[in-house]
Amino acid sequence: MKLVAAMSGGVDSAVAAARVAEAGHEVIGVHLALSSNPQKYRSGARGCCTIEDSHDARRAADVIGIPFYIWDMAEEFHEGVVENFMAEYANGRTPNPCLRCNEKIKFAAVLERAKALGFDGVVTGHYAQMRETELGRTMHRAVDPAKDQSYVLAVLNTDQLAGAYFPLGDIVKDDVRIEAKKRGLYVANKPDSHDICFVPSGDNAGWLRDRLGSEVGEIVDESGKKLGEHKGAYTYTIGQRKGLGITVPAAGGEPRYVLKIEPKTNTVVVGSKEALAISHIDGEKPIWCGPVPAAATDYRGFAQIRAHGSPLACTYRHDGSHISVDLVEPLFGLATGQGLVIYDGDRVVGSATVSSTL
Amino acid sequence: MDNAATVPLSDVAADALTTAMRKIGNASSVHNFGRAVRKDVEDAREELARLVGCGPTEVIFTGSGTEANNLAIKGFYWSRRAENPQRTIIVASAFEHHAVLDPIEWLVEHEGAEQVLIPVTAAGVIDIEFLRNFVAANRERIALIAVMHSNNELGTIQPIADVVTIAGDIPVHSDAVQSFGKVPFDFAGLGLTSATISAHKIGGPLGVAALILQRGLDVTPVLHGGGQERDIRSGTINAPAIIAFVAAARDSLKHLADRAAAINELREYLINRISREIPSAHINAASGEHLPGIVNVTFPGTESDAVLLLLDSHDIAASAGSACSAGVPRPSHVLMAMGRSEADADASIRFSLGTINAKADIDILMTVLPDVVAKASKKVSA
Repeated sequence: MKLVAAMSGGVDSAVAAARVAEAGHEVIGVHLALSSNPQKYRSGARGCCTIEDSHDARRAADVIGIPFYIWDMAEEFHEGVVENFMAEYANGRTPNPCLRCNEKIKFAAVLERAKALGFDGVVTGHYAQMRETELGRTMHRAVDPAKDQSYVLAVLNTDQLAGAYFPLGDIVKDDVRIEAKKRGLYVANKPDSHDICFVPSGDNAGWLRDRLGSEVGEIVDESGKKLGEHKGAYTYTIGQRKGLGITVPAAGGEPRYVLKIEPKTNTVVVGSKEALAISHIDGEKPIWCGPVPAAATDYRGFAQIRAHGSPLACTYRHDGSHISVDLVEPLFGLATGQGLVIYDGDRVVGSATVSSTL
Repeated sequence: MDNAATVPLSDVAADALTTAMRKIGNASSVHNFGRAVRKDVEDAREELARLVGCGPTEVIFTGSGTEANNLAIKGFYWSRRAENPQRTIIVASAFEHHAVLDPIEWLVEHEGAEQVLIPVTAAGVIDIEFLRNFVAANRERIALIAVMHSNNELGTIQPIADVVTIAGDIPVHSDAVQSFGKVPFDFAGLGLTSATISAHKIGGPLGVAALILQRGLDVTPVLHGGGQERDIRSGTINAPAIIAFVAAARDSLKHLADRAAAINELREYLINRISREIPSAHINAASGEHLPGIVNVTFPGTESDAVLLLLDSHDIAASAGSACSAGVPRPSHVLMAMGRSEADADASIRFSLGTINAKADIDILMTVLPDVVAKASKKVSA
C-alpha cells in the first residue's frame, strides 16, 4: 500500500512510520504545520508545529529512510479546531480539541489530500487497534490501557476508519521507546506531550482570557446568593473544585463544586458534590465507528466521557440524531461539550458530543 | 531540474580543492608556509577580479551569499546613516531574495530603517519609472538601493545599468548570485557599488562567496575579529574554498556562451512541450532578457507542494517559492510581487536547467508531468 505517515516529531509517530515502512509499504512522512506562524508557538519539545518538532520529524524520516514533507494545515486547523474550541468555551461548554483534530484534520483534510495524491491511507502513532471482524473494520482499545487513545479516535466514521492505520495498538509505550532506540531514532526519550498543543504554556484559562476577554462575573450558590467573583465563566468546567477562590465557607463546611456555567449572564453556579450527580447523558451529532446499531433499541455497553476516564456501565439507544445513555452508577460532574464515547467491550461503537445531562 | 538551488562540484573545482586542502599554512601568518598559501589566495583573488570586472582589492571573500548580502545591506545602511542621520530609507525590489529582504526587515525592526519596495511588472522586471520618481523625490534620505541582477525564481535580468544611472551617488548593491557565471556580468561596466556572487551555484564548493565592493568605500563590518579582507570580514581566510571557487568561475566563464546556448535550447524545448501538452499551464515572465535555464510555470488550481511531492516520487527535482524556518511551504513572494494572486503564486513551480541536463530529462519529465498536474489539481475540501 501507499501510506502517508503523519509525523509529529514524537516517538510514537516515528515508530509507527518505521513499522509500516518495514512491513514493505510505500510510505512518506508528513509533518503537519498547524500554526501559520510556527515560531509563535515555539516552546521546546512540547506541543505541535515548533521548529524543533518539524526537525525531529524530518530526522526520524531520514533515519527510517522515507521521503519527508511538511503540509500546511494551519487554516484547516484554525477553522476546524481552534475556532470550535473557543466557540464551545464561549457557550459554557468544555470541548476536547483532540477529538476535533482527528475528526477534521488528521483523518479528514490530511486523509483526503493523501487520497487525492494517490495514497491509500494515513498512519499515525495513536494507540488503538484495528480489526477486520464479521462487523467489517472495527476499532478497539489498545493493549496498553495507560496509553489507549481509542476515545479520541471515536470520531472516525466508517469511511475514515477505512483509511486509518494505527501500528502501535498492540504494543505498550515502554516497548515503543525501546523499539525506537533499537531503530536509532533519537526521539526515543523525548517526553510525551500532555497539554493542548496550541496552548503551549498549559495555561488554558489564561489562553482563553486573552481571546475571549476577562469580564468579571459572579460565583453564586444554587439559591443565587453571591459567593465571589471570577474573571470569565468559560475558564471553569463542571465538577471543578479547585481554584474557585470562594472565601465564604459552605454551611456544613463541605467543599463546593462548579455545577453550572451560564455564559449569557457570565455566572458560575457552585454547590455540593451530590448536586453534581447525574445518571442520564444525551449526546448530539453521533458518529458511528463501524456498523450503525438499530435505532430505538436498548443496548448494554460502556460510556466513557474523558480521554483517560473509566468505562461506565450503561444502557444506550439512539434515534439517528441523538444518543441517550442511562448509567448504572451515578456520575459526578460532566460538562456539556465533552466527548461521549460508547464501547461494546473493547470495541468502539461510536461517539457523540454531550448536549445535556440529568 | 533544480540547478538554481545548487549544482554539482565541477571536476576542476574538486581538483583545486583537494590540492589546496593538503597544503598547510594560515594565509595570515608571517612565515613561509602562511605566505605560500597567501600567494595562492591572492592569485585567485586577482583572477576572480578579472572575471568579475573589478579590482583585486574589491573582492571580499565571505562564507556565503547570504553573508555577503547582509554585509552590504547592513554595512551600507550603518555607514551611510553615520554620515548623515537622515539617510534611513532602503530601496529594494519587491522580489529580492530573502537574503536581501530579511536583513532589510531586521534593520526596519531594530535600527530605525524604512523599507521601500520597487514594484515588479507582469514581465518580471522592476518598475524603473517608480524608482526614477522615488529617487528624484527622496534622494537625500536614501541609504542604499538593492536590485538583484537576475531574479532567482523567474530568471529575468534586471536593468541594473539604468538603476545605477538613476541612483547617481547613492550606493547600489546587486545580488548577482544567479547571474555570475551564467550570463555576462561586468561589475565596473555596470557601475555598481557592490555585488554578491557565490561559488556553489557555478560548480564551486559550498561555504564560499564574495562581496564585490568598490575600492575606497567603507561598510560597517558585521563580523569583528582578526581584520581579514580589508578589515571588513574577519575570520581565517578559507584558502582552499577560495581557490576552488575561482577554478569554478574560470571554467564557467570559459564555457559561458556554449553552455548558455545549449541550456537555452533545453529551456525552449521545455517551454514548448509544457505549453503544448498542458494547455492550462502558464509560463511566467517568459520573454525578455533571461537566464539560460529557468522556467517558471503556473499550473492553475494546483498546490506547488503537491506537484513537487509527486515529481519527487518519480525522482524529478524542481522547486517552488521559499519555505519558512520550520519548512512550511509559502506562496512565492516573487510571483505575488508581480501581481499574481496567492493561489497562483502557490500553484507555481520553478524548473532550473543546467549543464547536467539533457533533452532526455525533459522527455522523462513530460511522461509524468501532465498526470502529476492532474492529480495535484484535486483540491482538498476540509
